[in-house]
Amino acid sequence: MKRTFVAAVASILITGAASAETLKVCAEGAYPPFSVTTESGALEGFDIDIANALCDELGMTCEIQATEWDGIIPALLEKKCDAIIASMSITEERKKRIDFTTKYYNTPAKFIAADDADFEISADGLEDKIIGVQRGTIHQDFMEGEYPDVELKLYGTQDEVYLDLAAGRVDAIMQDSIAGKEGFLDQDQGKGFAFIGGSYSVPKYHGDGAGIGVRKEDKALKYALSAAIEAILKNGQYGFINAKYFDFHIY
Amino acid sequence: MNFDLAFKHWDLFAQGVWMTLHLTALSLFIGMMIAVPTAFAMLRGGIAGNVAHGYVYLFRGTPLIVQTYLLYYGLSQFEVIRDSWFWRPPSYLRKACVEDFLYWKICVSDFIPSLRSAWWCAVIAFSLNSGAYVAEILRGALKNTPKGELEAARAMGLTDKQVRKLIHLPSAIRRALPQYGNEVIFMLHGSSVASVITLQDILGTGRTINAKYYVAYEGFLSAAFLYLCITYILVFLFRAVERHYLKHLNIAEPSAKRGWFGRTVAVPAR
Repeated sequence: MKRTFVAAVASILITGAASAETLKVCAEGAYPPFSVTTESGALEGFDIDIANALCDELGMTCEIQATEWDGIIPALLEKKCDAIIASMSITEERKKRIDFTTKYYNTPAKFIAADDADFEISADGLEDKIIGVQRGTIHQDFMEGEYPDVELKLYGTQDEVYLDLAAGRVDAIMQDSIAGKEGFLDQDQGKGFAFIGGSYSVPKYHGDGAGIGVRKEDKALKYALSAAIEAILKNGQYGFINAKYFDFHIY
Repeated sequence: MNFDLAFKHWDLFAQGVWMTLHLTALSLFIGMMIAVPTAFAMLRGGIAGNVAHGYVYLFRGTPLIVQTYLLYYGLSQFEVIRDSWFWRPPSYLRKACVEDFLYWKICVSDFIPSLRSAWWCAVIAFSLNSGAYVAEILRGALKNTPKGELEAARAMGLTDKQVRKLIHLPSAIRRALPQYGNEVIFMLHGSSVASVITLQDILGTGRTINAKYYVAYEGFLSAAFLYLCITYILVFLFRAVERHYLKHLNIAEPSAKRGWFGRTVAVPAR
């Protein structure tokens, strides 16, 4: 009995010691090209590469965990992971629950519709249209705030939003401009679709770019990660990853 | 825990309850329409029987969520389907509308199933699924009808059709009632699958609340509570229906008194 107790304590101490060197990171996996689930079930993409670069910089190993977007903030708060690196925009609403590092990229939001779409983005133009967005995103907030009367369809993942635009169930969709271009317009299924309207970057909805989410009490981790972002920007790591995915600078 | 959220958004939850209830009710109704002929076909055998068996096997053998996903995201991949009337009724039916009908705009096309709409995809998938389960319940009940009952009916000079309609089916439905009550509750809970294809049912509303306020439990617990209330009402209703139709099987003591849910509780001898 005593021996099992000692063994249990020892195992807790060992795993505790191990987790000091691994950083558990919540990522999503259905948001190309930022995070994509590969055929083998592993995650890859811009977010994942940034996460690994940051962990290297901090002398830690990243343990990437695929997490549903819906539950990603609760997962952080329940300590299922220690940081969210999932293209999450730094918004006031989210800051009520968690804390953010400085941004690690910032790109505007845009609408996508069929390239022969004959409506414009305005309260009148969207009157009888259906817009698709991912549930719990800045784009949902934007649509509900700016166009409260427009019919909105909510999806669990961004990939499902693309599927339904391609199928013609929604007239237009809104998402990050880069995600929309790389993840949809540049793919086979995005043929016949194009950006419509301007770029949107309203601080009230869209925040100050995408940051890394951490628990409010983890101040040290927050400053360490912010410093690491600064460091990989300076030492060229960031530029290297950036060039792997995009032909322009997204910071 | 912050349950003010559920009260603050009671209107969303009310819409969710309505969505869940009429989705479930419509699917059960259509499912029943499918189940009766399917059950008889399975009993009779032959080609129709094989087809019926195949259908029941297929829909009982795969999870409801897979069926719904295949119907909604799977079929929409094919251009042939997207260009057909299955996808969207022709425009003259979409334009034949009554405006301001009880403040709604209702069009002829609203009553025609179309694969473009998430609502119809859910109704089709749930109906086919429920039809298969109810057919299997009915088949068992039909098969276990005492031979004498049917022989007596034939001896009274009833035709085969009359025997089926007046004796065989009513008798089987009576015996299938408790199992059917179970199926209704399964369908109610199964209808939560609708939230994965964008419908704002009870679970969909819960997930939206969770995502909007970045919480994990409030939305789900509110949804769970609502499902619990509806289940409680359904159990109560089915007890009442069973009490009425299975009266002849009620062998409780005369001194029995009614307990919760209308169960008869035997009073111990003094």
